[in-house]
Amino acid sequence: MDKVYDVIILGSGPAGLTAAIYTTRADLKTLVVAGGKWGGQLQLTTLVENFPGFPEGIQGPDLMQNMRKQAEKFGTDFVDEDFTEADFSSKHFKITAGSKTYQGKSVIIATGADTKWLGVPGEAEKIGRGVSSCAPCDAAFFRDKKVIVVGGGDSAMEEALVLTKFASSVTVVHRSEALRASEIMQKRAKENPKIKFIFNTQVVEVLGEAKVERVKLKNNKTGETSEMPVDGVFVAIGHMPNTKAFRDIDLDEKGFVKVHEHYLTNKDGVFVAGDVHDSEYKQAITAAGFGCAAALEAEKWLDEQPS
Amino acid sequence: MADLTLTDQNFQAEVLDSKTPVLVDFWAEWCAPCRIVSPIVEELGKEYGDKLKVGKLNVDENQISNKYGIMSIPSLLVFKNGQVVKTMIGAQSKDSFKKEIDQVLGN
Repeated sequence: MDKVYDVIILGSGPAGLTAAIYTTRADLKTLVVAGGKWGGQLQLTTLVENFPGFPEGIQGPDLMQNMRKQAEKFGTDFVDEDFTEADFSSKHFKITAGSKTYQGKSVIIATGADTKWLGVPGEAEKIGRGVSSCAPCDAAFFRDKKVIVVGGGDSAMEEALVLTKFASSVTVVHRSEALRASEIMQKRAKENPKIKFIFNTQVVEVLGEAKVERVKLKNNKTGETSEMPVDGVFVAIGHMPNTKAFRDIDLDEKGFVKVHEHYLTNKDGVFVAGDVHDSEYKQAITAAGFGCAAALEAEKWLDEQPS
Repeated sequence: MADLTLTDQNFQAEVLDSKTPVLVDFWAEWCAPCRIVSPIVEELGKEYGDKLKVGKLNVDENQISNKYGIMSIPSLLVFKNGQVVKTMIGAQSKDSFKKEIDQVLGN
């Protein structure tokens, strides 16, 4: 309890780790509370092709491993536990993770976002029993099986493409008429003969005894419902910011952390970076950029504090 | 207890017939979250000592995972007297694994 960190960073995705690289290089004592599953969303991806500096692409988990190594090289401390409490009421902020409480003069919230589930009956109890949000993790269990991917963005296209390597058929179910995915990802998905599309349709129930056997679909235009036999349901409808553990941090109407000037939150000395405040871009590189900015702001703010 | 490589061949003897409870980590090379969980599993093996046998089963090289309906990895299963008494799916922190394991070990 004695050691006081200059900066405690909550989260270990691109935002958190970039922030750590900057703060440690600025000679600030830095702790990253990395979480039980460190590395953020990129740990659940395969080839990342749009992170500058890697012309052949880089595997998401490798990119995160590299970022962590780089942060460790400059002296960042890591705790691989989820934080359970963040107390911003005293002069030194108190962060509890695992069984320990850590003190920091400043905090950077970089807790990112996690899979948004459909929230329909039958879904929650079948996660790991045919319902998944991570094709690169689970696709191999669906060899020669029929799967659907729910969603219409880039991550839905990536999940679908990964699944084609194993599944016998992949159907993308999207609630509206047009995909949200980027041109290049749409093109790849549409050109893949294994991928089919069902538009204007949503999944209203996941059916099956011990595992996924069918889904109930509803056509949003006609209101008609139908059942489709499937073995797997991959959910890729977006992400929810991880803000649940914060009690007195202001959020915007969508539930993201509200950003004030200089990447500050409503609490002086508490900064924010990455997908937990960014509902707009949500890229690895923007998260890294936000992490850098928040780190520089934290450094400046610490400088201005009377010692 | 030290790390143990489980296979279809030794599963009966090492897991189902084991007198001590066994924690089985179902994993594969290509699974990134498995790489996060793997060192945690090794630490759990050390911390529980003689109270818990800990083993890893590669789902690509073995078929027995099908029998237990493994469709997502990492999955950690605890076996007691040949029966599955706990299923933990996905990467979690060491503390949350321990809480779940303690429930079935009864201490």
